[in-house]
Amino acid sequence: MTGETVEDLEIQLLLDALYRHYHYDFRHYAQASIKRRLLQARRQLGFDSISALQSAVLHDKTMLPNLLNYLTVQVSEMFRDPSYYRALREKVVPHLHTYPSLKVWIAGCSRGEELYSLAILFREEGLLDKTIFYATDINPAALKAAQAGIYPLDQVRLFTENHRLSGGHSSLSDYYTADYGRAVFDKSLRARTVFSDHSLVTDAAFAEMHLISCRNVLIYFDRDLQDRVVSLFAESLARQGFLGIGSKESLRFSAHADKFVEHVREDRIYRRVAR
Amino acid sequence: MTQQLIAIGASAGGVQALSHILPPLAADFPRSIVVVVHVPPRQDNALVKLFSEKCRMQVKEAEDKEPLQPGTIYFAPPDYHVLVEGDGALALSTEEPVNHSRPAIDVLFETAADAFGPAVTGIVLTGANHDGANGARAIEDAGGVVLIQDPATAEMAAMPEAAVEACRDAAIMTLDEIAASLAAGVAE
Ligand SMILES: C[S@@+](CC[C@H](N)C(=O)[O-])C[C@H]1O[C@@H](n2cnc3c(N)ncnc32)[C@H](O)[C@@H]1O
Repeated sequence: MTGETVEDLEIQLLLDALYRHYHYDFRHYAQASIKRRLLQARRQLGFDSISALQSAVLHDKTMLPNLLNYLTVQVSEMFRDPSYYRALREKVVPHLHTYPSLKVWIAGCSRGEELYSLAILFREEGLLDKTIFYATDINPAALKAAQAGIYPLDQVRLFTENHRLSGGHSSLSDYYTADYGRAVFDKSLRARTVFSDHSLVTDAAFAEMHLISCRNVLIYFDRDLQDRVVSLFAESLARQGFLGIGSKESLRFSAHADKFVEHVREDRIYRRVAR
Repeated sequence: MTQQLIAIGASAGGVQALSHILPPLAADFPRSIVVVVHVPPRQDNALVKLFSEKCRMQVKEAEDKEPLQPGTIYFAPPDYHVLVEGDGALALSTEEPVNHSRPAIDVLFETAADAFGPAVTGIVLTGANHDGANGARAIEDAGGVVLIQDPATAEMAAMPEAAVEACRDAAIMTLDEIAASLAAGVAE
């Protein structure tokens, strides 16, 4: 609405540079949030301007991971929105039982909280042994943390409560060992998980999924990019496959809404219509 | 004139304060109003229900990428920040809490100032923390107007006091004066 400031221009140039030099494409992310986080990065990393930050990132590869930690929002929790997981248990799992094997994609898995939530749910529901999980993200540090599956114990109290509210049949403590203030989650939960660097913006579909869980990632994209990603999900899903998104996200405005039907409306679980 | 935006932040005691300001506004009030109230994460948006019953304007929960419409009051959903985009749409985010709060008033105010510049009015109401002070300052710096509930009349003075301290020429008002000023701002 107001005119472009020098700072806005610098931000566009930085995003262009990141794309052209490193192939990280943030150009169609929701701008208000990207701008806040870049200004935060500039301050906290000690640069006088966004241009100075840009120069540092281009000339010093070791700056890139730092900047990625600002540009990608790494906030997550296990069983975030317990009603989503409860809906998966009650309204999706019965369908998944009918397949001999399953592929599940956690897109934008951050540090793995969503992956372990699903793995625990799949174990409790007797599906884990026939499932391959694909956990993908663009932030290598987050993927590494996801692979380790270690979380601060003080967060685990919330995770435990969420797990209980999601209809968990067991105690969350069955799945981790506590160690020096950290909870180390059981390796067996990720034994059938493929972790990989995959961008929803620039990369293609890679397998045919029965369930895609992609929560709180679409909100960081602008509308055009949301459309692209929803179409990628449609391409990646088996006939009648399921898509779960964040509780404040919606396909309602998407150009590809007609490829999905609502399966559990309140919990934003959709189903791919037959193609 | 560009579309004008009214951004309101409230914390402890906020529901009562908002009950003074919002219900009198006419159904066709020609501005968008975006409200952040600090609420616990897991509460369903009781505010929307409460204020739909009391208000003549349309009241709803803010949705991601929703274009702002005049005559509408948007409440931040629990556990999400609300941001204003340059194209005049709202966006949601699960970024870290700011001032221990998500939604945070500063996030709304700063992005509103950035998107709408002088066409923003920011209003800081009662609360027991410092959220909103930086954002109110950002609104002033962008040429917008800041109204602050007189701390002496607020149920909790800390939040309006912090905003008064951060701003140079905010107007300090009672709730009745804030309500009157909103109506008058439109009549001009
Ligand atoms: C707020 S977190 C969501 C974490 C988790 N899904 C949840 O809901 O708790 C957003 C994640 O999306 C990832 N992300 C951002 N852009 C991406 C892209 N283009 N492709 C894949 N992941 C992306 C970020 O790195 C971050 O880990």
